[in-house]
Amino acid sequence: MKPRVAIFDFGCCEGCQLQIVNLEEQILDLLGVVDVVTWREAMTEQSDEFDIAIVEGSITREEEVPRLQWIRDHARILVAIGACAHIGGINCLKNRFDLEEVRRYVYGEHAEVFDTSPTRPVGAVVQVDAVVPGCPIDRQEFVEIVKDLLLGKKPQLPTYAVCVECKRKNNVCLFDKGMVCLGPVTRAGCGAICPSFGNSCEGCRGLVPDPNLNSHREVLAQYGLSVDEILRFVNLYGGCQPEIGCFQEAVEATGGPR
Amino acid sequence: MKDGKIEVHYVTRVEGHGNIHVNIEGGALKSFQWEIPEAPRFFEAMVRGQSCMDVAHITSRICGICSIGHTLAALQAVENALQVRPSEQTLLLRKLILHGETMQSHVLHAGYLAAPDLLGAPSVVPLVGSHRDIVLTIIRLHRLANEWSDLLGGRTTHPINAVVNGWTSLPTEEQLAGLRTRIEAAVSDALAIVEVFKTLQIPDFKRDTEYVALKHPAEYAFYEGDIASTDGGTTPVPDYKKKVIEFIVPYSTAKRARSDQRPSFAVGALARVNNNYEQLSPLARKAAEDMGLKPVCTNPFMNTVAQVVEVAHALEDGLHLIDQLLARGLREEDRTVQVKAGTGVGAVEVPRGLLFHEYTLDDQGLVTDANLVIPTGQNHQNIEDDMGTLIPQIIDRPQEEIRLMLEMLVRAYDPCISCSTHLLQVEFR
Repeated sequence: MKPRVAIFDFGCCEGCQLQIVNLEEQILDLLGVVDVVTWREAMTEQSDEFDIAIVEGSITREEEVPRLQWIRDHARILVAIGACAHIGGINCLKNRFDLEEVRRYVYGEHAEVFDTSPTRPVGAVVQVDAVVPGCPIDRQEFVEIVKDLLLGKKPQLPTYAVCVECKRKNNVCLFDKGMVCLGPVTRAGCGAICPSFGNSCEGCRGLVPDPNLNSHREVLAQYGLSVDEILRFVNLYGGCQPEIGCFQEAVEATGGPR
Repeated sequence: MKDGKIEVHYVTRVEGHGNIHVNIEGGALKSFQWEIPEAPRFFEAMVRGQSCMDVAHITSRICGICSIGHTLAALQAVENALQVRPSEQTLLLRKLILHGETMQSHVLHAGYLAAPDLLGAPSVVPLVGSHRDIVLTIIRLHRLANEWSDLLGGRTTHPINAVVNGWTSLPTEEQLAGLRTRIEAAVSDALAIVEVFKTLQIPDFKRDTEYVALKHPAEYAFYEGDIASTDGGTTPVPDYKKKVIEFIVPYSTAKRARSDQRPSFAVGALARVNNNYEQLSPLARKAAEDMGLKPVCTNPFMNTVAQVVEVAHALEDGLHLIDQLLARGLREEDRTVQVKAGTGVGAVEVPRGLLFHEYTLDDQGLVTDANLVIPTGQNHQNIEDDMGTLIPQIIDRPQEEIRLMLEMLVRAYDPCISCSTHLLQVEFR
């Protein structure tokens, strides 16, 4: 029997599900080896019986916790896809504010009706068996990770930084162009896509294991970023990562040029 | 049905979560509600304190399907706040990438999400077996649209290259010429889809509705224009709050909107065709005639047909834009801007309708205030008003049929609930 796959989403833009659709003809190959049994965005058919749950999005209010728990209880393997599910992603920006004030700002006098809680990645609520990082996910990396899972292998993500891929592409370093970049502390696997197109790496794939953040802070400061700018930059996608939290506390405790 | 409830909890094949609740007693419609329970994400609050140079990359993440539209609306708003007018080359490239997204989104909706209803299938999956040629044609068009966005934006979703006052990386002239060849070859695929839609039975339902869309004297407006209405009159974009008035209902995390003239109105492909039919490209005009779409069409189910018409327009106008770019030649341009305090509004026609971004910046260029008005949010009240007219007309039919019609109605709007928060289910109660 083909493995049964279910796709679920929480708070996010649903752009990572879209990357699965964007596999185009390759989806037909995928459908040859798995049965997709639940996918609200694409199908009316639904089933409570599945082997692999693919989960997109972050948890942004308490009422979603039981649904995620239910998915975890039903799935043999749970895969978190995309920055929102993996590290909280852009949704973590909310956590920088007082949540009461945030609700009032958007919904005014009706604020009480709309529940919200601090953003958490999927792995902060339930156990996650595999992740596909990125905002959005890379379609081919997704296919490779699904293949590994179907073969019973544990998918391995690169443990080196985006800089390695960027150097391999012979890109001129963005720091040498007077820009700043999170490439030195961000997990590779995207092919350094943003720097290759002349944009800073914004850290959407999460930190490399054991990142040297303090050294990177010195680099950013050396290239003219103030403490506020450094914190804004590292919090863009990564604010829910514990290392960024510790880093922020350390930076705030020691102060610096504001 | 005589008595009972229809409860659709999470309408499927739409972007995001929405519920439909209907209560019928003694053969009469007692109550109905279009509820959006999607988790709100608070982007308007979140972008405060961020640099105006990063805002487009952040608000692009509101929606995976229309990330290009959000990017462009954010860039426009920031440029207007900074009083910067981008170059002709930048504007042509923006219009071109927007067509890529419009086509991607419309093909996704008409082909993958709505067509199964019209062909009597629960999803596109069984159609792979029963209608393989159509599915492969849809996939080919979808792939072209994505590779089109890829070429200009650096990737399909959440574009990298489009930034304030320009592009960080340009396609080569060879790449543009290559895209042109592929677009020309795709015209026959688009015509094949038109042939399919000509044969499909679109539900016959009409409700007098106000349609709102951008209007531009020189072109079928997607990227710029004034706010026009089928009720007449235009409103300049900076005055958008006079035309589009947002409000909140407690059962919906998505905000709703009324117009200055009516308690509800519609935006999207049908609204654009209704306002700007005369400016459609010849191929698109022909497609509209073939599928029986004439302005002003007040059948919301025809929105999907209007999307197919716009796919033809995107292809043909895409050729025209590429020709202009190749005739000018592409060159690197200075993108430097002077950061200063100010307020700016951006308005773009994204696949689902008119999108507004407004930001206020301080003298450091940091956002102090933000307002985002999302197309699906503008449609929610109109969807509910359509339900109020449609249900009594079909109330004698069996429950399952009513449920399907209501789901199809919602799907016809191609709602994007992540954008408007995230929405969609039908409950009958």
